[in-house]
Amino acid sequence: MNFWNDPLKVAAAWLEGIFTGWGMDAVLAHVLVVFLGVFLLITILMVLDIFLVWIERKVVARFQDRIGPNRVGPYGLIQPFADIIKLIIKEDTTPDGADKVVYNLAPILSMMSVLILWAVVPLAPVMLGIDLNVGVLFLIAAGAIGTLSIIMAGWSSNNKFAMIGGFRQVAVMVAFEVPMLAMLMIPTIFAGSMNMNAIIEAQNVWFFFISPLAALIFLIAAIAELGRAPFDLAEGESELVAGFNIEYSGMKFGMFYAGELLHAFTFGGFWAILFFGGYRFFGLEQVSPFLAILILVIKAMLGYWVIMWVKYTMMRIRIDQMLGFNWKFLTPLSFALVLVTALMNTLLRGADSWLFVTGMFLSNVVVGWIALEIARSVARKERERVEGVKAVEAHH
Amino acid sequence: MIPLSWYLILAAALFGIGLFGVLVRRNAVAILLGVELMLNAVNINLVAFWRYGDVTLMAGQVFAIIVFAVAAAEVSVGLALVISVYRRRNTVVADELDLLKW
Amino acid sequence: MTAEQIIFLIVALFTLGSALMVVTTRNLIHAALWLVATLFGVAVIYALLNAGFMAVVQVVVYIGAIAILFIFAVMLTRKDLRDNTPQTNKNWWAGALIAVLTFAGLVFTLQGWSGFSKTASAVPLGFDAISQLGEQLTSPTAYVLPFEVASVLLLAALVGAVYVAFNKK
Repeated sequence: MNFWNDPLKVAAAWLEGIFTGWGMDAVLAHVLVVFLGVFLLITILMVLDIFLVWIERKVVARFQDRIGPNRVGPYGLIQPFADIIKLIIKEDTTPDGADKVVYNLAPILSMMSVLILWAVVPLAPVMLGIDLNVGVLFLIAAGAIGTLSIIMAGWSSNNKFAMIGGFRQVAVMVAFEVPMLAMLMIPTIFAGSMNMNAIIEAQNVWFFFISPLAALIFLIAAIAELGRAPFDLAEGESELVAGFNIEYSGMKFGMFYAGELLHAFTFGGFWAILFFGGYRFFGLEQVSPFLAILILVIKAMLGYWVIMWVKYTMMRIRIDQMLGFNWKFLTPLSFALVLVTALMNTLLRGADSWLFVTGMFLSNVVVGWIALEIARSVARKERERVEGVKAVEAHH
Repeated sequence: MIPLSWYLILAAALFGIGLFGVLVRRNAVAILLGVELMLNAVNINLVAFWRYGDVTLMAGQVFAIIVFAVAAAEVSVGLALVISVYRRRNTVVADELDLLKW
Repeated sequence: MTAEQIIFLIVALFTLGSALMVVTTRNLIHAALWLVATLFGVAVIYALLNAGFMAVVQVVVYIGAIAILFIFAVMLTRKDLRDNTPQTNKNWWAGALIAVLTFAGLVFTLQGWSGFSKTASAVPLGFDAISQLGEQLTSPTAYVLPFEVASVLLLAALVGAVYVAFNKK
């Protein structure tokens, strides 16, 4: 065990040695070291978050044929720091009639719901916060806190736009949790475990190639959970001004904003972990945990880029269309996919790995094709109905 | 180690608080909040008995999961009833729903 | 006193304190938010009992679904929740008495039981509670029937809730 192979444990043992050397109780020293580890992880994430602001702005600028931030520092890299200074010195307003405690608690909970997710992210085979055997469910549990923070922000602001935005976002999050939970079952079925590390270890073939439909549905549900375009009804600038965070100013707004960016990056990371092999890349992760972290961050960035790509090329859809899309299309489809996957998994359990991958892939294609055909025939009937009504009206 | 009695006393206290809420609150939604507290107290007991008995017998956890399902069903139907009553009578105060109390 | 006991006491006090706030706060939104705090406390209690799955399910089901539903219900019926009218009925002292008597009776009855102050044996090495739970929930010789009945109950509640709350116009 040396630093190159297992940096966390070496560093923890070294620190604990120092603390006990000062005459500290062994248990207390351990607690202190764990606390320092958590503190370090959060600090790294927050610093990363600052650069995510820059990345997001650069990428959106490219999508819109602009250059993006380019004045402060090389390539505008200092821009986010200037933004932070601006946010900090802005007047911190609290609306009249706001519920002060709840109002101030909401941005903290929003940030917390994102940071808490990193407790179960395996950065490298030997580096992860806690090796929970319910890691996948933890994702949904943290989402519950995010939902709570939004409804708290919407209610406590004493503003009807905030309230409507909060209601919408919560309706969307609760609805899209269902297909997301179903899609989390699919890596669980393949790996036979809900443990994040076990899921990564099971991906000799990336789960994306075994179940591309699951990866797609997970991405859609994740974008809805994030409240980003095309599902950003909670913000809906044209109708709700800014949605649930309308009354927040200064750093409190900054926490919602930074939380959203980090959340998007985190979901990019989970997409990579669940469907693209996490830190694995042709055995490179065995060389060193540092390389594994690099691989995971690159994959997470690619996932984040896909989420941004969707955000800046799609238009916002209406709330009823969105909930209808979830309950009438995505949820039945994801349940059907889980059933088919479980069935195929049982049938092909003893089979050759090539047969398994091909069979699973084909079953996914068939399920997706049937779903699209059903949707198409329903749409055709609807169109005929609408056009028929129009024709009759024209006739009269 | 924590003795079993601590968990049981905690659960009993939580049950008592929930019972107080159910008996005393006037608002129907608040009464349902009290019921939730009582169900949670029961669940603490079930999981504690699982842990302090034979761990390989999962009956305690299975029952707790059934309680989760029942609680979800109870809340959804209960709150639907409250909202329906609110629409017709314009009140959610349990004392004022006295149509059957002539 | 061990570290575990101190953690338990802190969590238990937090849970009971927020439970008291649930039943005494005038503002019902605050009561629902205190309920969330109580449910978090109970989730930590599950974690202390080595039931990690139960703790996560507690957060997912209770906080992610039930507490949100409560907040929605409070908001949808807010009109006559004026915070200055009495929130408790006039027999509150009788309710308090019954609650205290129930607590005292439960503790008194339990005290006579031989297993009251028993301590937990260590979880056997390599014992996986989740896979055991999953197998027993789907095993015909164990709990598959209650499990299926629970799912039917949930479906019935779903349909019933939609029917009852649906605004016929």
